[in-house]
Amino acid sequence: MAQDTIDAEISGTQGDTPGQSKVEIRQVSKAYGDEWASESVIESLSVEIMPGELTVIVGPSGCGKSTLVNLIAGFEKPDSGEILLDGSKVKGPARDRMVVFQETALIPWQTTYQNIVFGPKLRGDLKGKALRSEAERLLDKVGLGEFKNKYPLQLSGGMQRRAELARALINNPRIMIMDEPFRGLDAMSRGLMQEFFLRLFEENRRTNLFVTSEIDEAIFLADRIIVLSNRPAQVRKVIEVNLPRPRDYKMLSSEEAYAIKRDAMEILHEEAMKSFKSGTKSDFAEAYAKSGQ
Amino acid sequence: MTDIVQPNNAGVQAAPKKRSRLQKLAQNESLWRGITAIAVFLLIWEIGARWDEWFGKEWMIPGVGLIPPPSDVFAAWLKVLPKPGYWDSWYQSFKRVLSGFLVAMIVGIPFGLALAVNKYFRDVFFPPFEILRPIPPLAWVPASLIFWPTNEMSIAFVTFLGAFFTIVINVLGGARTIDVRYLRAAQSMGASQWDLFSKIILPGTLPSIFTGAAVGMGITWEVVLAAEMISGGGTQGGGGLGFFIWNSYMGGSLEQIVVGMISIGIAGYLSSSAIRLLGDWFMPWRRLF
Repeated sequence: MAQDTIDAEISGTQGDTPGQSKVEIRQVSKAYGDEWASESVIESLSVEIMPGELTVIVGPSGCGKSTLVNLIAGFEKPDSGEILLDGSKVKGPARDRMVVFQETALIPWQTTYQNIVFGPKLRGDLKGKALRSEAERLLDKVGLGEFKNKYPLQLSGGMQRRAELARALINNPRIMIMDEPFRGLDAMSRGLMQEFFLRLFEENRRTNLFVTSEIDEAIFLADRIIVLSNRPAQVRKVIEVNLPRPRDYKMLSSEEAYAIKRDAMEILHEEAMKSFKSGTKSDFAEAYAKSGQ
Repeated sequence: MTDIVQPNNAGVQAAPKKRSRLQKLAQNESLWRGITAIAVFLLIWEIGARWDEWFGKEWMIPGVGLIPPPSDVFAAWLKVLPKPGYWDSWYQSFKRVLSGFLVAMIVGIPFGLALAVNKYFRDVFFPPFEILRPIPPLAWVPASLIFWPTNEMSIAFVTFLGAFFTIVINVLGGARTIDVRYLRAAQSMGASQWDLFSKIILPGTLPSIFTGAAVGMGITWEVVLAAEMISGGGTQGGGGLGFFIWNSYMGGSLEQIVVGMISIGIAGYLSSSAIRLLGDWFMPWRRLF
């Protein structure tokens, strides 16, 4: 198939096939502020993101999930510890780790098509006809073929998220990092996007890290759920989700899904209460509202 | 290959039916509201100015002088329209505004961008800039009259100052508030420093550049007129609309003063419209709805 040859072509430049990459986070700490007023956000956190798996990180809001994303993506450097991608240390941002951001980070002055071809064009590793056909293939895949000449502001929320997925995928990253990507969508679009994303993942099993604060979303998508503690973030629990794939929404009402939900909710609630005791009332209110869902 | 769910693309409007340009203009409600507003304003002005004529002196509001009614102003306008001196005033003022404005853009945009992207540059140049910025352009007039060899140069310098500070502050603010996620996304995809600047920072600053230009253009008109009045008076005056007004005042022609004022209003409106058009043309992603 055309898709496979093109995928092979790009990955050839990188010497790797998608789905085989692993991320190890070893004893990573990160604090913000000055020496005398520093706030620890992450403290000796160790997590492994397994090859070909969809790992979901959940945690109370403000616990440092986005900081963790920034560290893995290389936007920020850890104070101590290290992050390894396939055994080599992460030094800065690169196309092998693509981030899909909260809300949308499509570049407003570029059309959907221009946004998608942005990366390959910058690097010049995919050009001319090959680039066009790969971009068209991804546009069709995310259902935006007719919208390729529209600007991001002309797209609906769900379409923006799909365009952003395509923009990340064309770079053929070793790991996709999804930072609460569907936040801000209405319930209907969110459900559709979750299903769409799940099909996309199940099709090629690329290593994926998905960050969310919604436990249902986590269970629906994940192979493994990592539940983080309140700030400073540490791993409270790792839950294997053994629901069969391909998944559908009915599985969320299974006995197993309920058990996972109870388990995770208990920890999240506990962490939210800690945050309340430590004095950040707004955090508590937000976390409490989420635990009631 | 597995089938991918294709979510529907609801919520996106269909293109409106094609209409001719004239039809569109005639059906443009904003346009009609604008025309009505100007007509009503002129009517009230006419009534106000002719109040004593129609109702007698005893009905005049005490302490208020005579303003010529718009019909008289229009008549005076018709009289000056064929005169080359009037058009030369337009030309002189436009020339000064445009040259001051263009130099302010050419110097101000790179300066603002440099302040935004380079910390060392900002540390060195921002404090003196901030001290000079609050000084009103008109306060520069006496100093520049002494400093620059010709009147023309001092007027150009003062108009330049009027636009420069506004443009720099807007460019700086715009470039500093670009969403960091755009920069990060570009970095992940392999953008170099130059790519970040040319593909993210520069286009991301365009809206602020045009805001700065529109505000700066307004200030330039204010400044050029005042500068013309102050420095252009007398026989060696270089003309211009400011001088036209001043001259009319000296000559005691009330109608012509108002003609000059309205001419400035129209000139300013034309200038800002040109900037808006340019803005739409440069930023197609903003004229969407």
